[in-house]
Amino acid sequence: MDHFEVFGLPRRLGIDTAELQRKFYELSRRGHPDFHQAAPPERQAEILEASARLNAAYRALRDPLARIEYLVRLEEGRDTREGATVKPKAPPELLEEMFEIQEALQEAKSAGQSVGLDAGAKRTLSDQRDRLRARYEQEEARLRGPLSQAWDAAGPADRAGALTAFKEALAVRAYLRTVIDDIDEALGESEEGHVSHRRH
Amino acid sequence: MSRIVGIDLGTTNSLVAYVDDKTGLPRVIPDRDGQVLLPSIVSFTPEGVLVGAAAKRRLVRRPESTVYSVKRLMGRGYDDVKDELGYLPFKVQPADGIVKIQIGDRDVTPPEVSAIVLKSLKERAEAHFGEPIEKAVVTVPAYFNDSQRQATKDAGRIAGLDVVRIVNEPTAASLAYGLQRIKEGLIAVYDLGGGTFDISILRVKDGILEVLATNGNTHLGGDDFDRAIVLALLADIRTKHGADLGRDLEAMQELRLAAEAAKIRLSADERTALTIPFDGFTYHRAITRAEVEALIGRLVESTLAPCRMALADAGLAAADIDEVVLVGGSTRVPLVRRRVQELFGKTPHSQLNPDEVVALGAAVQAQILAGGITDMLLLDVTPLSLGIETLGGIVSVLIPRNTTVPTSAREMFTTSVDGQHVVDMHVVQGERELAKDCRSLARFELSGIDPMPAGMPKIEVVFLIDANGILSVTATELRSGKAAAIEVKPTYGLSEADVERMVEDSFTNAEADVEARLLIETRNEADTVITHVERALAQGRRLVGDDEHAAIVAALTALKDARNTTDRDRIREATTATNQTTEHLAELMMDAALKGALASRRADEIMEK
Repeated sequence: MDHFEVFGLPRRLGIDTAELQRKFYELSRRGHPDFHQAAPPERQAEILEASARLNAAYRALRDPLARIEYLVRLEEGRDTREGATVKPKAPPELLEEMFEIQEALQEAKSAGQSVGLDAGAKRTLSDQRDRLRARYEQEEARLRGPLSQAWDAAGPADRAGALTAFKEALAVRAYLRTVIDDIDEALGESEEGHVSHRRH
Repeated sequence: MSRIVGIDLGTTNSLVAYVDDKTGLPRVIPDRDGQVLLPSIVSFTPEGVLVGAAAKRRLVRRPESTVYSVKRLMGRGYDDVKDELGYLPFKVQPADGIVKIQIGDRDVTPPEVSAIVLKSLKERAEAHFGEPIEKAVVTVPAYFNDSQRQATKDAGRIAGLDVVRIVNEPTAASLAYGLQRIKEGLIAVYDLGGGTFDISILRVKDGILEVLATNGNTHLGGDDFDRAIVLALLADIRTKHGADLGRDLEAMQELRLAAEAAKIRLSADERTALTIPFDGFTYHRAITRAEVEALIGRLVESTLAPCRMALADAGLAAADIDEVVLVGGSTRVPLVRRRVQELFGKTPHSQLNPDEVVALGAAVQAQILAGGITDMLLLDVTPLSLGIETLGGIVSVLIPRNTTVPTSAREMFTTSVDGQHVVDMHVVQGERELAKDCRSLARFELSGIDPMPAGMPKIEVVFLIDANGILSVTATELRSGKAAAIEVKPTYGLSEADVERMVEDSFTNAEADVEARLLIETRNEADTVITHVERALAQGRRLVGDDEHAAIVAALTALKDARNTTDRDRIREATTATNQTTEHLAELMMDAALKGALASRRADEIMEK
């Protein structure tokens, strides 16, 4: 059973999250292990499995972007996360700027933290980061908006194209995320110990 | 279904609660003396084990055999805790992935010590109900990892309790509030206890309490406040009296208890005074709330970053939170309240006693599991991301943090060499990219794979985190459909065989029987008086005349003789007599100390000008 089926939904991205939440609560009330403690062990194991499936499904579907990532996996026939990480790819229109940024980051790294960046370099990097953030948000908005709508509207023949568009946009987003995190790190603005937490 | 109790196994205090069938409300169970809080302290004596208040009274006299704050050692390896061992008076040693506490010529593990506390609460509940209690819901900090949760479950087993559910402390608190006060909205639970800090963000709606995000620090709490105060006092004593007490175990315990008591008084008062008689001098000083706030400010500040991260993970801003709930004794500190109020811009709730609310919530969860409450449901999350180590030591996340539990993830494994029949995996928990920076949970070995060319076997591994937040792993070879054998080597924690043995052994940790306990208690009191009087005589000899001195020495000798008998009444009488004989001397010394303190302060003030 895939995550859409758990909620009795078609494989479409336009999902009313308030309705999804209501359904999630209703299904939890019916099938949560807490309410079946007196059941025989085999039945309890089934309930546990069904509950785990429901929670995983809710997590994957409640967020529009996680929903897209899941859909891509599902359409490619990969039920597990194996190999699921998209290969980050630079947005073509920003290639030149990316090159400069990577160079600046390299410099910052080799200069070491003891020396630190001078004020000018810091300003340049933080300006670049702000631009990348805007671009990142733009990419997410495109995924949530037009690309998702295109998938829902697509007939069987257009689905492959819609899927490719998702994959490209996700790859750009992953790339931007990595560079933004690297700049944050170079500027010393990331939270210690949580450098990677937005990358999942 | 048999009765299930709720237990809050705290760093400083533990307590047990149940839901009253008539009122439907949770209640804490007091002990015979009417005390609700059981200090989580265990003292090992030749006559048997003491727990709670009786053990606490031995902290100063028998620091090396009296174990406190053991929760900070649960499910931890030596490297995790070695930095703070200098502050603990008992000996802690590394032992095969866990730590052991050495008491005389034997050693005990942290789950065994916790088991003694649990057993005492079990007996308290049994005395209350007049029936055996075998099942409990036990709470843990939300940010506890898999090993720490497993260690807590092991402690229950050793105590003869089936831990039917591990519940996160802040969530338990929200259950108690949910039942009685908060019916709907977004709630932030700020839980600062004796040794741990948690923040949980929940949505409450139609009887469902859904945890959206949690964060915290399992090594931050009131103990750290006390330590900051003790360090300042040590420095002050060095300046004023030229004494370095840092290595004196008994003196350090006196200081720690005095610092804790002063901290507690300063939650109500703006200033207080400390008077501690040491060997050779009496230390006296006034201390203000502002001074303590300066000492603990950085620690309080460090709880705010996890709050912001939990909010971010929940996709919320501080202003979205409808209600803030304070849990844990350390939230009585005014600075903590101020900071939390500033962060969320709301006056926090603390109507339910912050020391009791977690146990009350555990009792509510126990009642849900027993089928007694059907209109409330808790949906909790796993606090840390779960992943496996891949090529190059990079972590591949299988279950992200803040996923609602129970939850599962599947992963395919195969072989990389022809004929390979064993596949290894390393499971870790944490938010860092490299496995070495995360918490190693276990190494799994999939074996018995039929010889095939590389890449041919398809082994599906399912990682399941249950409602306790504890991981289990199963594997199936998809071609044959048969379950693959898995051998688990937990990185931290006890093996199944260890736990079995400890369940068997637990009688050796039996609490001393009532007679023996009372005798130990009485002797203990006598010992305390003997130490104090000896010190007083050494310091205050010149304050009393020869007759009075002779009378005190005589009383002391009589007390020492009595102390070594097993006659409780005699020991108690001699203790009372000695106390009375020395009352006058004690008054004289207190006056002298106060004058001394005033004199030295005047000197300080002159120096400043």
